[in-house]
Amino acid sequence: MSCCDNKGGKDTCCETKEAPAGFMDANESRREFIWDAVKNFTFGALTLTAIPIFVEKADAEEVHTNSDGKEVKGHTVLFGYLVDTTKCIGCGGCMLACKKENDVPDGEFRTWVERYVYYKDGSVRVDANTKGTFAFTELPPIDPKEVDKAFFVPKLCNHCLDTPCIQVCPVGASYKTKEGVVLVDYEQCIGCAYCVQACPFGTRFINTKTNTADKCTWCYHRIQHGEKPACVDVCPTGTRTFGDINDPESEISKTLAANRIDVLKSYLGTRPKTRYIGLTAEVV
Amino acid sequence: MIHQAAEFIFPNDMSGVAWTVMIVLYPYITGLVAGAFVVAALYHVFGRKELAPVARFALAASFSFCAFATLPLLLHLHQPQRAFFIMFMPNFTSAMAGFGFIYSFYLTLLAVEILLVFRTDIVAMAAGTGIKSLLYKVLSLGVLRETAKSKQIDAKWIHALSVIGIPAACVLHGYVGFIFGGIKANPWWSTALMPVIFLASAIVSGIAMLIVLYVVYSKVRGVKVDDECLRSMMKTLWLFLILAVTLESLELLNMAYEAGEEWHILSRLVTEKLRFTFLYVQLIIGSAIPFVLLLIGWMKKTSPRTRITLGTISGLLVLVQVLAMRFNVVIGGQMLSKSFRGFVQYVPEWYGREGILVAMGVFTLPFILLIAVTQILPVWKIDAHDH
Repeated sequence: MSCCDNKGGKDTCCETKEAPAGFMDANESRREFIWDAVKNFTFGALTLTAIPIFVEKADAEEVHTNSDGKEVKGHTVLFGYLVDTTKCIGCGGCMLACKKENDVPDGEFRTWVERYVYYKDGSVRVDANTKGTFAFTELPPIDPKEVDKAFFVPKLCNHCLDTPCIQVCPVGASYKTKEGVVLVDYEQCIGCAYCVQACPFGTRFINTKTNTADKCTWCYHRIQHGEKPACVDVCPTGTRTFGDINDPESEISKTLAANRIDVLKSYLGTRPKTRYIGLTAEVV
Repeated sequence: MIHQAAEFIFPNDMSGVAWTVMIVLYPYITGLVAGAFVVAALYHVFGRKELAPVARFALAASFSFCAFATLPLLLHLHQPQRAFFIMFMPNFTSAMAGFGFIYSFYLTLLAVEILLVFRTDIVAMAAGTGIKSLLYKVLSLGVLRETAKSKQIDAKWIHALSVIGIPAACVLHGYVGFIFGGIKANPWWSTALMPVIFLASAIVSGIAMLIVLYVVYSKVRGVKVDDECLRSMMKTLWLFLILAVTLESLELLNMAYEAGEEWHILSRLVTEKLRFTFLYVQLIIGSAIPFVLLLIGWMKKTSPRTRITLGTISGLLVLVQVLAMRFNVVIGGQMLSKSFRGFVQYVPEWYGREGILVAMGVFTLPFILLIAVTQILPVWKIDAHDH
């Protein structure tokens, strides 16, 4: 249908189309065309830029269920993990729970517990529970009089804010969810093990069952439904706390606020979201 | 009280190293590619006409090794069927993501340059009938007519590709160095010098290989080794050997002098775990000895016969040195547990997919291809305009 197919008597569109042609030279029409193009492009670009802003805003105002089972409004959930080493008794229940929950092959570890023994002669012995419950069998019997102090340090993925592992993944199989959980897409991972090299904390490995990179997921399948990671659930002493660090009312936020908090290898600038209470300089 | 911590490695390190001998082989092969290309470029771009006897062969060698550079990687991947994801869905924050593109570009460049360099011969040999001429017809890409003008254009393109090829070779191999140099988690790798060190050692290995192959092929073909050509290669090798060893030593010296937090474990890595492959093979047998042999070898007074002996021996030693260097970087770096308190046990595997036997098999493939190329193309012919 042409613009001139107006039903009512006066054909305004043809008039307006005709009128400029009379006094507009070729240059001017080109200028107008370019100006229109610039206007339209700017408008389009602004609209496209605005969409994600609004979407993000809408997202932030959604209602989330945080790991404490509470509904949270008006902010984005950011999960964090806190290990209070002063509470750990080295039972290894967390390791067993993790293995069972996530089907981790033997000899591969999403979490483990290290033991630090400080002798009076200045030596420090470090070993790790790699076998499960009460498996610190490698250390010879020690005379308590020879020891200054000893403690346990549970280890797991730090779910860093600035992750070297995501940075180096050549195919984007390592990624971060909107709640800040670092995951591996097992369907996309090519198994090059570059992330294993890039992780400063030794928490990544090549899973011999899946033949892909693997690591702690903070039990993503559980935390999505408001549950806690398996290791947190089974810990008998409350060493491990998990929750929304953007929610000031969550248990983890309150503990973080009330204590002196440390992270592992802070000098590497990866900004871990797994944080610690009670570390010493020897813990790496 | 100053605390001294005993041996301890992270539990995930107990299963051994994640990057095996295949990842040692991969930078070794790409290094040979880059190094051989540099020799061809010295002739084509920098006017080192004395290298004419090996210029064509250098290109053929570079191509033959490049053709198999990806094989060790493929054997290493735990999901090899997803190998092409690296090109279809690259994550460009990863140094590794550029691999597919850089590699494809370089292989294409090499193939095109070879076809142009050998165009006259290919066209001549495509003239007859039969299977052999059919092969040359395919290689000629259907262009069976050569004119003075077309030859002029080809010469321009050969020059242009050689010029582009130099930075491309630097990118190809510098990038391999960056893969290691960009890992802040590993103090044995994390240095900005790493790409330059890889590049220098690549050039060294490429020239060394050409010296050895040139001498061997000359014996096999029963022709005299061109003394000027050999002398020039030895002199260039000597120069790049100094550069490579200086950079490698500087890196270590800097770490030792700064003696940062990780030096206590790195010093043990060098003196205990890598004592044989680093101190003895890489520094003494593969660097110090060839340095002296090459120096004597490239002097004018030395007789051509002695030069051949010295060149071959030092070439072989340097080839071993660079292989040891790749091992010391790739495996040595992984021996360091990220706990910085102990060493990951490295047990070389012999029979598996990533075992030493397969690696040796992979390394023979470029040589087989190179022999095939020398049968198909006149790689020992010297370009007409140089004689």
